[in-house]
Amino acid sequence: MAPVLQLSGITKRFPGVLANDHIDLTLNEGEILALLGENGAGKSTLMNILYGLYQPDEGEIQVRGKKVTIHSPTDAINAGIGMVHQHFMLIPVFTVTENVMLGSESVRGGDFLDRKKAADRIREISESYKLEVNPDSYVKDLPVGVQQRVEIIKLLYREANILIFDEPTAVLTPQEADELFEIMRTLVKQGKSIIFITHKLREVLEISDRVMVIRRGAMVGSTTPEKADKQKLAEMMVGRSVHLEVEKAISTPGDVVLQVQNLVVADPKNQIAVDEVTFEVRAGEILGVAGVQGNGQTELVEAVTGLRAAVSGKIHLMGQEITNLSPRQVTELGCAHVPEDRQRDGLVLSFPVADNSVLCTYYQTPYAKGLNMQAHVILENAHRLIKDFDIRTPNAQTNVGSLSGGNQQKVIIAREFSRPIKFLVASQPTRGLDVGSIEYIHRRIVEKRDEGCAVLLVSPELDEIIELSDRIAVMYRGKVVAVVSADEANKAYLGLLMAGVSPEQAESAKTKGPRVVETTF
Amino acid sequence: MANAVLVRKLEGVSPTRQRWMGVVEIGMAVLILIFFTLKVQPGSTSTFNMTPGGITRGVAGDWVVPALGTLIFLTVVAFLLGVYQFVRGFGKWTNGVLGIIVAFFVFGFLVWASAGKSLNLSGMLSAAVLLGVPIILGAFSGVISERAGVVNIAIEGLMLMAAMVGALVGSVTQSIWWGLLGAIVSSVLLALVHGVLSIKYKINQIISGTVINIFSTGMTSYLSSKFMQTYQNLNNPPIFPRIPIPLLADIPIIGPLFFNTNIFVYLTFILLIVIQVALFSTRWGLRLRSVGEHPKAADTLGINVIRTRYVAVILSGVVAGIGGAFFTLGSVGRFDEMMTAGKGFIGLAAMIFGNWTPIGAFLAGLMFGFADSVATKLSILGTGIPTQFMAMAPYLTTMIVLAGLVGRGQVPAADGEPYTKE
Ligand SMILES: Nc1ncnc2c1ncn2[C@@H]1O[C@H](COP(=O)(O)OP(=O)(O)OP(=O)(O)O)[C@@H](O)[C@H]1O
Ligand SMILES: [Mg+2]
Repeated sequence: MAPVLQLSGITKRFPGVLANDHIDLTLNEGEILALLGENGAGKSTLMNILYGLYQPDEGEIQVRGKKVTIHSPTDAINAGIGMVHQHFMLIPVFTVTENVMLGSESVRGGDFLDRKKAADRIREISESYKLEVNPDSYVKDLPVGVQQRVEIIKLLYREANILIFDEPTAVLTPQEADELFEIMRTLVKQGKSIIFITHKLREVLEISDRVMVIRRGAMVGSTTPEKADKQKLAEMMVGRSVHLEVEKAISTPGDVVLQVQNLVVADPKNQIAVDEVTFEVRAGEILGVAGVQGNGQTELVEAVTGLRAAVSGKIHLMGQEITNLSPRQVTELGCAHVPEDRQRDGLVLSFPVADNSVLCTYYQTPYAKGLNMQAHVILENAHRLIKDFDIRTPNAQTNVGSLSGGNQQKVIIAREFSRPIKFLVASQPTRGLDVGSIEYIHRRIVEKRDEGCAVLLVSPELDEIIELSDRIAVMYRGKVVAVVSADEANKAYLGLLMAGVSPEQAESAKTKGPRVVETTF
Repeated sequence: MANAVLVRKLEGVSPTRQRWMGVVEIGMAVLILIFFTLKVQPGSTSTFNMTPGGITRGVAGDWVVPALGTLIFLTVVAFLLGVYQFVRGFGKWTNGVLGIIVAFFVFGFLVWASAGKSLNLSGMLSAAVLLGVPIILGAFSGVISERAGVVNIAIEGLMLMAAMVGALVGSVTQSIWWGLLGAIVSSVLLALVHGVLSIKYKINQIISGTVINIFSTGMTSYLSSKFMQTYQNLNNPPIFPRIPIPLLADIPIIGPLFFNTNIFVYLTFILLIVIQVALFSTRWGLRLRSVGEHPKAADTLGINVIRTRYVAVILSGVVAGIGGAFFTLGSVGRFDEMMTAGKGFIGLAAMIFGNWTPIGAFLAGLMFGFADSVATKLSILGTGIPTQFMAMAPYLTTMIVLAGLVGRGQVPAADGEPYTKE
């Protein structure tokens, strides 16, 4: 029997980049194929071609042995191909039903929407594939994990049987990721075939039937989880050996850099998100903030960096009060911020790499003289950063929006780390990054610490927190429920605290012997 | 689980805003007291006529209220509401209460102005409806286009052009229908220019709209002064007659206001229903709104973003054309330079105030129309307030409403953003 999907010789060039270089790919019925590759390797490009968003320059697509031409998403949908995009394609102010039916609406009496019929279909789908969701909720009120279910239902509603998941776990908490894997297993059992993109090697080993690796636009190999391990996969991807573990000395904390006292912050819906939080971060130490997403970490970071007003409480940076100062004032005091949502808060996507790399300093010498921007200085600075931080971009004038996700993150890291800073706030700094980049960014963060910088690291990835932090603050429902030293921490103990179990009850799970560290990948 | 249930919630309105509202409301109560309550003669009455002049169907008797008693009541209630707002706050009813107090203020003003005299309230309301029609149509035009993501500030220009072309074609053909058609066609053509500039060439939509407004002003002024003022038979179109609707026209108070008037008022009602239903209950409307919210998502589901936007802009032009025709074919029967006088812009304010919904835009438009009519009527009645100040009333209302009442509206997320397919 012919494979469900067969790509041969797919080639795609962007100005200055060969994004896909004669790629061949086969997908069999009922199989989960993991697509692995560095940031910018060309995975999303290949998938966008398959979904009709880009046109290939060369190559051929066959679905169940028949050649198809895919000029638009409509063609892809008709060929039974569906895609969950790296950045969700949902309309927040529409209900689940409206989002799902959009483009293939049920109508009656001419053009009138039959919302009930569609909602019934959705309930049916959500029942048979165990995708729990309420068709009448508004998407904006749903947590990310549920929004993703809506995306999956969208595909099933259109009866797609080739499902593409582009980095679905990047935005999920570990628990949500586990739920997603359950769903994926149900889907293949019912005869669907899945292409799955991720940077997390442990996910590849856990869920896939087969792995294909892309490097710099070309297919470099294929293997199965049985024959591979993390180390081997990492090497295939990067083309060199990778240290999966960060080497880091015991920290030597100095003076208090950040001091937060009884901080209360409200979220956009005016609900208390950070509730009477008190903690401090010293020079030369990394304080990790662990917690299930949505327990106030976002608002905490925003308050500390001046992006959100505090309701009450005080924040001091090196002895100076910074409560409710503007982000610029906080930045000028030596605070660096790697934001959680890089596209929304970290970059101006329609600006070139060069301009993005001076977003905090463009008005200072040497980048500006009076009202005059010094274009050549900005450009030189960018060239240096591109080299130092290994940013993969055709050149410094390319718009940041057309870089791959990982390279966008590197632009931010380069900008923030190249300034003289005393305090670093890093929110999910390695989200969506490949192993090579994670290794690199982790090393840089530890380096900053060793230079005497205080680091506040927020991440829902427990492995990352445990691996990097010297002390760990656990947040639950807006409160810091415990501050744990790194050698007492392990996944089980933190997991209990994050779920709201009191520190006394969780006591028994504390690490007493030598420290065990799993790698982030 | 993933979404932790959070424990506490702050009041829906921030404390500063609550206090401010309280101060403003108490201030309005004091204004009512100083300017109206303390100024009327004890024992005088205000008489409101409840039938517009010249109407014989749906006649209602006069409404007589004791001036001082009514004003004292208004002052006290407004004051108490203000104090409560200051001390405790009305939470999510804050805006509603402010609305009530503004209404009290307006009513207090009317009672004071007509103390010892009589005022044709019904006539004023019926003028309000007619003054509201172009505002509402302008707002509808904006709703259609902005829901699809195209900001349309050219509505003023579209209406002005339509008003002139309607008068011209109506005069030449001596037919109201040809006139109306001419008005619509001219408005649609201009709307298409806006569409091409902002959708195809991705020019900043505010600039493209402004260009069209300037073009319209210049073009209509030139043609009007060059031809229409010199050759009077080019500026003498027939006008749409008053058409009473059987039975409904005989209802007292409401009948004369809404059911014994000209076709533009009926059209406004029909459009209200049609647009409301089309936007929110049809496939067409769902797709149109999706394009205004998240064009890329719409695109990945096979919806033609560009075409949808063009259709919206054209329909927006049709509605603005009807609104423009109202000025010449629906009321005065001649074209004068700049006769739209900012109604298109006020229409956009009504659209924003009405939260981009047809029904909201309709109510807001009526409100602005009412402010306008109070201004005109009372400058005739002679209140001692300079007419220039009275003429400012509608615009002041617009500003107060936009600054004070409008909270976070539901702007279509991609409003004003050109769409580029990759
Ligand atoms: N629209 C575009 N215009 C120009 N270049 C592009 C565009 N989209 C992608 N590229 C380039 O093509 C290459 C492949 O990008 P792609 O997004 O496919 O990478 P990826 O493998 O998905 O990476 P990541 O894991 O970071 O998401 C990158 O070098 C990127 O800069
Ligand atoms: Mg990608």
